[in-house]
Amino acid sequence: MIKTIMVGLTIVLGSIFPALTIGKIGAQAMESIGRNPEAESGIRTTMILAIAFAEAIAIYALVVALIIKFV
Amino acid sequence: MEDKPHISLKADKIFEIFDFPITNSILAVLIVLIIFLLLAVNYFFESKKQPNKRSNIYYLFNFILKSLYKFFYSVLGEETIKYFPVLASFFLFILLQNWFWLLPGVGSILIKIVGHHEEHHLVPLLRGGTADLNTTLALGFLSVMISNIISIRALGFKNYVARFYRIKEPISFFIGTLEIVSEFSKMISFSFRLFGNIFAGEVLLGVIAFLIPLLVSFPFLILELFVGFIQALVFTMLTCVFISLGISKNH
Repeated sequence: MIKTIMVGLTIVLGSIFPALTIGKIGAQAMESIGRNPEAESGIRTTMILAIAFAEAIAIYALVVALIIKFV
Repeated sequence: MEDKPHISLKADKIFEIFDFPITNSILAVLIVLIIFLLLAVNYFFESKKQPNKRSNIYYLFNFILKSLYKFFYSVLGEETIKYFPVLASFFLFILLQNWFWLLPGVGSILIKIVGHHEEHHLVPLLRGGTADLNTTLALGFLSVMISNIISIRALGFKNYVARFYRIKEPISFFIGTLEIVSEFSKMISFSFRLFGNIFAGEVLLGVIAFLIPLLVSFPFLILELFVGFIQALVFTMLTCVFISLGISKNH
């Protein structure tokens, strides 16, 4: 039973900061597109790259949770 | 309740060839590789024909390759043509591997194998290639090695070492070691990002289909299509950015 609780806690705690960071990245990107609408495609590409980096941290937490549950 | 859905982190071994275990992931990667080769050879022979006799697949591939070229051109600039084969191969290979396990039959056709102590259990015959950590580790390792070798080839060995260690700045000993460690962490990060996304998608689809067998899997299937495409794009984009950092001359 402790194992089930820890599996849940791992993914919950591991996703808080990536979620906040992805929101902040999106908000900054939208503000900078609003200030400089010509550079939109460059900003969009960089934003997707930064979101992928931030999401990878949440994926690490997910992989650890899956390992605890299934191995 | 009946059995749980069959979810295992490790790919199950199907048979052995001279003591080398062939898992269901290896089989799936081989099948996708053969399909990819057939498509590439078909494209090559279609490009030699007259322009009014070419099939539609040729134009579809043309469109995909041109979009990719424009996409890399915004990062690499004039050098795109030298590095485009590597990047486009990464993208198409990972995309096909990511989408293969969504086909009906992959993961659901089970065969019976004999375990150690003569017990029979059912394992899937095919499984998504990138849902196995071996494939993604190999891809991450390849990507980092390729970007470093391209950097050596473009800058020369002395300038490549000058990226990490410079004699004139003593603090570069610490920073250089940190940069080398960060190269290894790039390998781990590449492989775990791809593996985590695809494996979590497999688990999600398996559990949803197990709970409600009727129509609910459909939106998750669309989500998995989207996730597979984005992960291939992110992998290739990161490799492209690291190559462009490696061949830039001013430091």
